[in-house]
Amino acid sequence: MNTATNTMGAAIGPVEAGRLAKARSRRRVNAVALTLSMAAMAFGLFWLIWILVETFRLGIGGLTWSVLTEMTPAPQAEIGGLANAIYGSLVMVTLATLVGTPIGVLAGIYLAEYGQKTWLGSVTRFINDILLSAPSIVIGLFIYAVIVARFKTYSGYAGVLALALIVIPVVIRTTENMLSLIPHSLREAAYALGTPKWRVITSVTLKAARAGVMTGVLLAFARIAGETAPLLFTALSNQFWTSNLSGPMANLPVTIFKFAMSPYENWQKLAWAGVFLITLGVLALNIFARVMFRNKH
Amino acid sequence: MAATLPASHYDKDEMQRSDPLGQPPSTRRSAPWADTVFSLLAHGAAILTLLLLAGIIVSLVIGAAPAIREYGLSFLWRSEWDPVKDQYGGLVMIYGTLATSAIALLIAVPVSFGIALFLTELSPNWLRRPLGVAIELLAAVPSIVYGMWGLLVFSPVLSQYVQQPLQAAFGNVPVVKSLVSGAPVGIGILSAGIILAIMIIPFIAAVMRDVFEVTPAMLKESAYGLGSTTWEVVFRVVLPYTKTGVIGGIMLGLGRALGETMAVTFVIGNANQLNGPSLFEAANSITSVLANEFAEAGEGLHQASLLYLALVLFFITFVVLSLSKMLLAQLKKGEGSRS
Repeated sequence: MNTATNTMGAAIGPVEAGRLAKARSRRRVNAVALTLSMAAMAFGLFWLIWILVETFRLGIGGLTWSVLTEMTPAPQAEIGGLANAIYGSLVMVTLATLVGTPIGVLAGIYLAEYGQKTWLGSVTRFINDILLSAPSIVIGLFIYAVIVARFKTYSGYAGVLALALIVIPVVIRTTENMLSLIPHSLREAAYALGTPKWRVITSVTLKAARAGVMTGVLLAFARIAGETAPLLFTALSNQFWTSNLSGPMANLPVTIFKFAMSPYENWQKLAWAGVFLITLGVLALNIFARVMFRNKH
Repeated sequence: MAATLPASHYDKDEMQRSDPLGQPPSTRRSAPWADTVFSLLAHGAAILTLLLLAGIIVSLVIGAAPAIREYGLSFLWRSEWDPVKDQYGGLVMIYGTLATSAIALLIAVPVSFGIALFLTELSPNWLRRPLGVAIELLAAVPSIVYGMWGLLVFSPVLSQYVQQPLQAAFGNVPVVKSLVSGAPVGIGILSAGIILAIMIIPFIAAVMRDVFEVTPAMLKESAYGLGSTTWEVVFRVVLPYTKTGVIGGIMLGLGRALGETMAVTFVIGNANQLNGPSLFEAANSITSVLANEFAEAGEGLHQASLLYLALVLFFITFVVLSLSKMLLAQLKKGEGSRS
């Protein structure tokens, strides 16, 4: 290419040579940019793999049966587990999903079926999208001010409410999206048969969007299973097994936070085991939700 | 069609229900009030969401009132934070929040752009979905996992392979020296910023990917037809076409970074004074000081000042996320009018 000849073998003029040089430099820029793009992809995957590998390596090391059967131990104790924290997390996350889902689904129904073009609809949609990304620690402070400060005690109920407030925007978003995918002809067919609106929604549109809505609920469940910030000033934590929701309640994320920041080796080991359990659970739920949704559609 | 069906089939079914010659059915199958109740429930749930936002703002303002009365807006540039002397100012935490988020954006924006470019233009079809899901999973990993990994795995690595070489290389250079000083433990503003970057990459990349995909194929094909390279098509055709959406996505990532709590609390070092501009200096962000001090803060000025900080944080994220939402909505509107 360096010799100034084209494919026909004839000599080419300076204009042509300049054009070729320009084309070469454009191709070079292109190659560099595309390589960088691949590097960016690799960069993203690199962190995911690094985090997962370390979590699994250090987590499996700390994982024994006693993690699931023993209570959270004192510093430097010989034996101990996370049983009370796992139980508390399961109870609070399940209750929060049960509280948040109906409200979220109803508000999603409002957005998709009643208020697509009303001002209340657009304001709610706007506010909901902001709540979806709002700092979760602020939700914790809100519940602290409204519940904990009033009843003068940290409680499992406060934790449940804080988590439920995080579930609601997630479920609203997915419910609205899924309902607006349902073709209008389905609704019109049902109306033509004389079906009242509430039956159309519950038996036709919501039923058709079931898989999508369930996916949203699962994703919301996975999201709050790992939430720590809203529990810090609501459920607090508890060293003991308790199923009394009106007192402080142990939960996995806050326990991990406390144990990981401590200098004690047995606590750190348990924290890794807890992080392993949470990561495994949350990623499995995420993948399951995606697979389920794809199979239904 | 109907004529081919046997008439007897209709006779023995529930034909009396809608006999065209007779009276309308005497009883409606569903309760007439059900429609009203259902509609009220749906409206109520939507209004509840609005009340939630109002409730958050009101409760923060009420809680922060003592600090607002005491300091007014000067709280924002007072740097002293001393619970023992009961003196509070938010500058250090506000700086920590903004500095970590800025570092996060600096890293996350080009990387997300590269990922979106890869997933929309370069990736073979069969790889697109698994790679897309893998990046989305980065967003699903709970922030406490990032935090613990950041503190116990990432910070030592950062200290050994980045901070110490930098200190050795620039330890005597006047201005740069102050940027890399600090205890060689790898925690501080830089490591919080890097971890935030990893956490917001999936959000920014997802929005960029979505808006890149709405670019009309005809636009891209025209550019390719004129001999453009892939990079030129993306940079000069797709990016200008989608720029409001791209900025919206970046704002969304910024909103996430500003409010992230646990990961930052683990790695920022939790120091309430600022000793210098160093990227490796322990600091505090609004969220980390809330996570660390709120449960222990007694009622009074300390708690009120923490709630004042939370109010500032909520205000900033609200503005950033609103901008993001409006930019993305604008792109959607433009898309409608153009197609």
